[in-house]
Amino acid sequence: MKHLIPEFERWKARFPKGFESSLVLPCVRRIQEDRGYVADSDIDGLVEYLGVPRMQIEQVLSYYTQFRRKAIGRWHVQTCRNITCSMRGAERLIDHLAKKLGVAPGETTADGRFTLSTVECLGSCGTAPVVMVNDTYHENMSAGKIDALLDGLE
Amino acid sequence: MPGTQLLMTFPVTATSHSIADYRARGGYATLMKVLETKTPQEVTQEVTLSGILGHGGAAFAAGRKWQVIKLDDGQPHFLCANADEGEPGTFKDRWILEHNPHMLIEGMLIAAYALQVRNAFVYIRGEFDLPFRRLQGAVDEAYAAGLLGEGILGVDFSCDLVVYRGAGSYVCGEASGLLSSIEGKRGYPRNRPPRLTVKGLFQLPTVVNNVETLTNITVILAMGAEAFKKVGTPKSPGTQLVSISGHIARPGVYEVEHGYPLKKFLFEDCGGMMPGAKLKCIIPGGISTKVLTAAEIESVTYDHASFSAAGSSLGSGGMIVIAEGTCMVRLLQVLLRFYHHESCGQCTPCREGMGWMHRIIDRIVAGSGRPGDIDQLYQISRWNDGNTICGMGDAAGYATIGILDKYRDEFEHFITQKRSRLDGNLEVVAHA
Repeated sequence: MKHLIPEFERWKARFPKGFESSLVLPCVRRIQEDRGYVADSDIDGLVEYLGVPRMQIEQVLSYYTQFRRKAIGRWHVQTCRNITCSMRGAERLIDHLAKKLGVAPGETTADGRFTLSTVECLGSCGTAPVVMVNDTYHENMSAGKIDALLDGLE
Repeated sequence: MPGTQLLMTFPVTATSHSIADYRARGGYATLMKVLETKTPQEVTQEVTLSGILGHGGAAFAAGRKWQVIKLDDGQPHFLCANADEGEPGTFKDRWILEHNPHMLIEGMLIAAYALQVRNAFVYIRGEFDLPFRRLQGAVDEAYAAGLLGEGILGVDFSCDLVVYRGAGSYVCGEASGLLSSIEGKRGYPRNRPPRLTVKGLFQLPTVVNNVETLTNITVILAMGAEAFKKVGTPKSPGTQLVSISGHIARPGVYEVEHGYPLKKFLFEDCGGMMPGAKLKCIIPGGISTKVLTAAEIESVTYDHASFSAAGSSLGSGGMIVIAEGTCMVRLLQVLLRFYHHESCGQCTPCREGMGWMHRIIDRIVAGSGRPGDIDQLYQISRWNDGNTICGMGDAAGYATIGILDKYRDEFEHFITQKRSRLDGNLEVVAHA
């Protein structure tokens, strides 16, 4: 994570003095974007850089669903299964994806291309069902549309 | 259009979120007028006079919250916009963040001036990517235009704004959980008192308002509290951005003037039910508000008093429309799975209770329901009520009780017959 410190320093300038602790979430997010997950050495580096207790970083990593300690597939397919999406076809869509990719939610395909997950409300109920692939929302999804989308990804 | 429009007043185009377009619509003129002609106390007075209620779900009077801040206490004060928007069924703040972010920034600057805030934050949920990029883009534009930072518009007023991204936690939408998260910790809610306006972010006085509430501050100061109060009803001034979804023909975000007839909104503005569907019930404002049946909403109008008289509340404005043929047992299963997943685990009644309720409903849906299961769901819901630090435990209980009270027969059928009376359907009209 050391090469990211100049970027962290720029963020620090917009926070009030004494807010180093607040940088835990943004730094962890940036490290994960960079490496794909958060490694032990990243935690060591952050403890040293921010001067916060190691326990705080461990708690943050285990509390927030978006943070992870292990690598996943190149494309993270996250399907909403909350109420409106379920009312508009998400359950069929999840079954379709599991069959198509040959994995259950929470698993990664053997070639390392896709990780399938189910998630709770993504705040896109007006265009349900919604599937988030890496950072991007794909709305009003159907089996046909998700096939076209995933088949076009490396 | 469902009544007077205060926020959705312009056509959405490829550039309507930019500072140039916002200025062409009169943007930032209100901030300039406020900084030149009003004292901070006068701004808070105007907001109090407007009677605006918080748009995040609790409907607390924004002016009363602001009045707690003592301008001469010698401490730094903070302002946070809550853009965590995680209540299932709610996606209205996203409209502001994506299409009108400068109006939020202007509202926050007016609030920061009134509350003498040097550092303001927007806490945005981690999954929101486009809304984040739009808002961060708007913040960068505002810095470049001298509207944020030191000496704003050449007067003695400085304010920095940080867009802080969450990382996947429903509980961080609760104001004190949100502040714990900005402190870089787990999003654990805190016991009150002390109120957050007394001891908030890093134990300093902090105002947390919903995105829509802060955006409305711009409107209130632009038109004046007296004119604002003429919109809506005396007890619910102004409008509400309603995000409507489910078995409805035209889902989306609509600005509804308080007092507008609900059935007219559903059947005219939103185009009625999906073809072939008939209205069974609605969840009016996010899943934590009590379900209302088709018969119960017959003469309801869209305002706090009318929804309260009908036995529910406006909540977060996230309305879910449910058609005849939907299995309420399976629907409650989705809700309880969600609450169990999102319980932060800090308070025992919620941490354990959500798990118990989830396991009971799973058992019923699996055809292994037991005779006392319905009573047990009631009992756990009541145990939770008032016994947890934040409102999540209570809310899960209210939602559960609301569904059990009105659709008990479906649950009894599932337990005795070991199957759904409605074939377990959630999706009643096949959709493309």
